[in-house]
Amino acid sequence: MAEIETHEYDVIVIGAGGAGLRAAIEARSRGMRTAILCKSLFGKAHTVMAEGGIAAAMGNVNSGDDWRVHFRDTMRGGKFLNNWRMAELHATEAPRRVWELETYGALFDRTPEGKISQRNFGGHEYPRLAHVGDRTGLELIRTLQQKVVSLQQRDRAEHGSYEAGLRVFAEFTVTDLLRDGDRMAGAVGYWRENGRFVRLTAPSVVLATGGIGKSFKVTSNSWEYTGDGHALALRAGARLINMEFVQFHPTGMVWPPSVKGILVTESVRGDGGVLRDSAGRRFMFDYVPEVFKASYADGPEEADRWYSDPDNNRRPPELLPRDEVARAINNEVKEGRGSPHGGVYLDVAGRLSTEEIMRRLPSMHHQFKELADVDITSQSMEVGPTCHYVMGGVEVDPDSAASAVPGLFAAGEVAGGMHGSNRLGGNSLSDLLVFGKRAGAGAADYVSGLERRPEVDPADVDEAVGAALAPFEVADARGAENPYAMQSELQQVMNRLVGIIRDGEEMCSALEQIAEIGQRAGRLAVPEGNRQFNPGWHLVLDVRNMLLVGECVAAAALRRTESRGGHTRDDHPRMDPNWRSRLLGCVLRDGAVEVSEQEQEPMRADLMRLFSREELEKYFTAEELAVEETASRTE
Amino acid sequence: MGYQARLRVWRGDSESGELRDYEVEAEEGEVVLDLLHRLQATRCPDLAVRWNCKAGKCGSCSAEVNGRPRLTCMTRMSLFDPDEVVTVTPMRTFPVIKDLVCDVSYNYVKAREVPAFTPPEGLEPGEYRMQQRDVERSQEFRKCIECFLCQDTCHVIRDHAENKEAFSGPRFLMRVAELEMHPLDDYAERGGDRPEESRGEHGLGMCNITKCCTDVCPEHIRITDNALIPLKERVADRRYDPILRFFRRKKE
Ligand SMILES: Cc1cc2nc3c(=O)[nH]c(=O)nc-3n(C[C@H](O)[C@H](O)[C@H](O)COP(=O)(O)OP(=O)(O)OC[C@H]3O[C@@H](n4cnc5c(N)ncnc54)[C@H](O)[C@@H]3O)c2cc1C
Ligand code: SF4
Ligand code: SF4
Ligand code: FES
Repeated sequence: MAEIETHEYDVIVIGAGGAGLRAAIEARSRGMRTAILCKSLFGKAHTVMAEGGIAAAMGNVNSGDDWRVHFRDTMRGGKFLNNWRMAELHATEAPRRVWELETYGALFDRTPEGKISQRNFGGHEYPRLAHVGDRTGLELIRTLQQKVVSLQQRDRAEHGSYEAGLRVFAEFTVTDLLRDGDRMAGAVGYWRENGRFVRLTAPSVVLATGGIGKSFKVTSNSWEYTGDGHALALRAGARLINMEFVQFHPTGMVWPPSVKGILVTESVRGDGGVLRDSAGRRFMFDYVPEVFKASYADGPEEADRWYSDPDNNRRPPELLPRDEVARAINNEVKEGRGSPHGGVYLDVAGRLSTEEIMRRLPSMHHQFKELADVDITSQSMEVGPTCHYVMGGVEVDPDSAASAVPGLFAAGEVAGGMHGSNRLGGNSLSDLLVFGKRAGAGAADYVSGLERRPEVDPADVDEAVGAALAPFEVADARGAENPYAMQSELQQVMNRLVGIIRDGEEMCSALEQIAEIGQRAGRLAVPEGNRQFNPGWHLVLDVRNMLLVGECVAAAALRRTESRGGHTRDDHPRMDPNWRSRLLGCVLRDGAVEVSEQEQEPMRADLMRLFSREELEKYFTAEELAVEETASRTE
Repeated sequence: MGYQARLRVWRGDSESGELRDYEVEAEEGEVVLDLLHRLQATRCPDLAVRWNCKAGKCGSCSAEVNGRPRLTCMTRMSLFDPDEVVTVTPMRTFPVIKDLVCDVSYNYVKAREVPAFTPPEGLEPGEYRMQQRDVERSQEFRKCIECFLCQDTCHVIRDHAENKEAFSGPRFLMRVAELEMHPLDDYAERGGDRPEESRGEHGLGMCNITKCCTDVCPEHIRITDNALIPLKERVADRRYDPILRFFRRKKE
């Protein structure tokens, strides 16, 4: 290989969303020479789109809130499959991470006492989401981006250059991770602008690449969400867990077709919005599952009273966790009570004044006005489920975010475990901050503790570059495959056969089709053009990752013979306590995805005691509870 | 109710380029970006265009549609007559990389030159108290999605690359205003002077308040009225009366 641009760092962070930026800030603050790599421009990562808020039990609006309540809600939302240690760290550390943002310059909406205001959201017992109107993600990413800049300004003052210790490589795609033996040694990627390859050497890599939603046809996710980080981790020898759990957000836009899937924030329901069928009926009362009956109202009168008197009334069922609401909408439509474009109605106009809507939901108002000609201050929105978030991801050590591969860390949506089988709204942004920071610290500690820095084998770099350029060679060959067509084919398969409601036979068929597409993927060609900013080429590389990740989702989903959170099977409709402690892991062995079962570590006794026996019985097996009881007695 | 829309798109790179005509299927409710995507998927697989959210939230998809700076994801085709030729060109103020993608690094350079928020001494995380009415002014500016359309349209730099050195553009003058109006920013207490710097380092004086930036802002931020003019007033105050300046600061 001829000359290749080369850089050396202590920590490489792949991803410039909330998780990546928080990790980089931490690593740099601990003296690490740090690089941030991202596919889009700086400040455009998916995090920018988050609307509703950040969950943190600060207790600013209802002082009854604290980390225990937040922990309980998170575990319930995830149907107790969550990694409880992650859920504990998340609940205890989220407030501090949010307050820290204020020291970086963030301006959240305020309470009358001048504290950070908090709003209601599905599955959260108290008003808990810190927010800025309905553009919280923008505030989060801009704040972190500006903090990165301030660290660069400090470096400039001390070392003479903005990029002395922290550099952003924007519009830069990582195609492969490099290893020295079994540990991390760096990464290879290319500048999207000109297609030139770069070698980055570093003993530690933090994956913060976000999700996989672009593998589904109807999704709230952007082109970036092709599961790159999931695939990079697999190929580097790490394990993915919980890949069968994919969150379908109940409320995406359904019309016009070009915006199908775009998100309608849950804040609409948090602030009073209700769901109705085509006859105007509030159908959610029919869908409160047994496990949640104690805390959700069974009629509109009580539900309405809750907004002003939450202590003496149960919550409206519109605020059930997302998996419940998405299934309910799906069922209403299936049974013929949907709206003209195949959704249901979401109405906030009957609940809030025009001024309130404009103040609390300005970007929703704008979005519907501009894109659908609907004025949400007087008309109902048409909404339906959309693929939104993947609960599955890289298996990590909760405290340090380290994966099984030495030097490889993961945080944010690309990491698995924290949310169990279903994530609560608002728990992602807080997850990014809590575990982004921990990953940055974990990587810094790892690097400080090294005796010898890893070395990169130039042959590995050549191989990576060769593989990424191969699709140019295929260009003129007969039977060349078009990446746009293949991507759309895969999206259809995933949506239709591994979507919101699943079935064994359909998933077998999905796996066959994915394998068949995978066969043809070897002939994916760059349809036209050279290496200069060529979306056709970029997509070829993305599709390879999407196929790998799609296979993990389908394979794990087929294996789990129960329904839980973001995994619902028609042929196994019940939740099975025997499956609660069993996690499905995916690894890559000789190029093939291998799924295996593993036991989850039993929850610590003091955390178990935060729940009533009665509640635990709904989720745990009798044996598990018996063991727990003996443990408590001998303690 | 699909129809064949007539699109004229600039294709080329930093060396050369031309406008090319295409006929593309347009479906009900579609936006310009949808048509560009359809072109990509069917006829121009290497057409370079930036986008992310497709909902006006990320500011990636900026271009000029019939000469007007716009987000292509929020520009409905129904704005135009079905027979009208819709011309899409890259933002003119920034150097082209390829097709509709241009080099916007100028903006990131300018962003780095604005001194960051200075946290108040003695306040721990969690102790910040601010009233809603006091944060609202800066919150308006923080709605900015960094689409850089205001930068693109501002005549100070639009056809005057030579001014780029001295002028940070509306987006980053507004950033100075945002920090200046932040209720807890301690920059002045540590001897800094944001308004004065906006004049000296960021070229506020070159702005002659034409309000073109405000007109194109997709977030409807009142850049000129609420950020630039107040900043100019503060500069004026301080220049005439250093004592007043001192008291104003204390009072705020
Ligand atoms: C519309 C919408 C609204 C949401 N609202 C909320 C909300 O209100 N509250 C909440 O808690 N959560 C919300 N979420 C979820 C939340 O926003 C995301 O889960 C979260 O932002 C993911 O952050 P991240 O840091 O993990 O990744 P991202 O912010 O997605 O960043 C991923 C980064 O990785 C980079 N990357 C990926 N692959 C590569 C590669 N191969 N090479 C180089 N770089 C790469 C990308 O360029 C990007 O910079 C919402 C999600 C959506 C889509
Ligand atoms: S008001 Fe000032 S900054 Fe805005 S476009 Fe006019 S000259 Fe430029
Ligand atoms: S101020 Fe408005 S036009 Fe300018 S970059 Fe921000 S959002 Fe875009
Ligand atoms: S794609 Fe995000 S603003 Fe247009």
